[in-house]
Amino acid sequence: MSNKIKHHLTDDLLMAYAAGSLPEAFDLMVATHLSLCDDCRARAESFDAVGGHVLEEQGDVVAMNEKSLAETMALIAKGAPIAKPKRAQCSVLPTPLQDYVGGDVNDIRWRPIGMGVKQAILPTSGDAMARLLFIPAGTAVPDHSHKGMELTMVLQGAFSDEVDHFARGDVEIADQDLHHTPTADITEDCICLAVTDAPLKFNKLMPRLFQPFLRI
Amino acid sequence: MFTEIDTATLDEPVAIRPAQKPWRAKKRIRGKPVNGAGDSCDARAEWVDHVRRIRDAQDQAAFAELFQHFAPRIKAFLIKSGSDPALAEECAQEVMATLWHKAHLFDPARATVATWVFTIARNKRIDVLRKQRRPEPEDLGWGPEAEPEQDDVIALQQETAQLRDALSALPEAQRQLIEKAYFGDLSHREIASQTGLPLGTIKSRIRLALDRLRHAMN
Repeated sequence: MSNKIKHHLTDDLLMAYAAGSLPEAFDLMVATHLSLCDDCRARAESFDAVGGHVLEEQGDVVAMNEKSLAETMALIAKGAPIAKPKRAQCSVLPTPLQDYVGGDVNDIRWRPIGMGVKQAILPTSGDAMARLLFIPAGTAVPDHSHKGMELTMVLQGAFSDEVDHFARGDVEIADQDLHHTPTADITEDCICLAVTDAPLKFNKLMPRLFQPFLRI
Repeated sequence: MFTEIDTATLDEPVAIRPAQKPWRAKKRIRGKPVNGAGDSCDARAEWVDHVRRIRDAQDQAAFAELFQHFAPRIKAFLIKSGSDPALAEECAQEVMATLWHKAHLFDPARATVATWVFTIARNKRIDVLRKQRRPEPEDLGWGPEAEPEQDDVIALQQETAQLRDALSALPEAQRQLIEKAYFGDLSHREIASQTGLPLGTIKSRIRLALDRLRHAMN
């Protein structure tokens, strides 16, 4: 648990996570960040408390069926659903991400997208997309902007762009107004989780031509 | 057949626990009370004791009371979130069964039972109605021998009561918007205008509980 996280999730994302109205890719981003950041976890859980209040105080309740309790006891008697096997601690991937990768950092199926940069798209449903990015130490990702919202969280190494410096656990929140060229620190290869709710726009011609093939 | 724990006879102070607890090494044995597990009940902490009785003694009477209170609320919540009544009935039963099976994961220093039930119902709604998986943060749980302090539990329950009063005092239009948000009827952008809620104190309380939990885990 690091206390050095400087760039956190916003209240609207945490409230939407608590309310359950984020697409799966964004849920994954929030769950991954909360695994590393107790500040945001406490804020998210206080939004859960609002949900508890709504559940408790909603005006009218709906009666359960007559045999409902007995049916539930029968359900319980069948036993607990088989729990997911407990994953080993990984210094790069928090447990929610391990579930999506299907293992450890060594199990990520990277695909090269040029200039040594690699990505792995994670399977999520809904309108948003989640992927892992591998940026070799000292390398820049091409200058790009965004049609929608892009969240990028550092898992290993660090990167800098026009906004600030981002290290493990830090989340950069980019919208359509931000053009940036993230550059990985020279000391270590950088691995990030990135989620977008719309395709990226590259500002140079070549990457834009390749964009349909790269699915970014 | 299910013995209730008499809280009056279990007044062993929680402070005598050893400082270092290899809690990860010990597995909870479901249904068998472990030392320190049943001694910190308090009637003021609404429903918390019921969950403990389920966890420690598989107490069906406690479960029936929880069921009577929460199941109709879960069903109403799911219907307001877009489910038809038959599916809502089925899911409410599954949520209550989950409550039984996961009673050992409930942390009363971080959430009331109502809050915890809400999170289970919300996850069920996402899994079933939206056919998506709900990614959850890494589990954090007190081990069988490292329970939260009773003072922390009571403080959290009190903070929640104050939050309830503060939310009840909001203008009607805003309260309705918050309800809509939690029934899944507001987009992320619409939610952004609703985030100025009075959550400072309860957030600090949960943060404190997380710090103590981390300390106990290490």
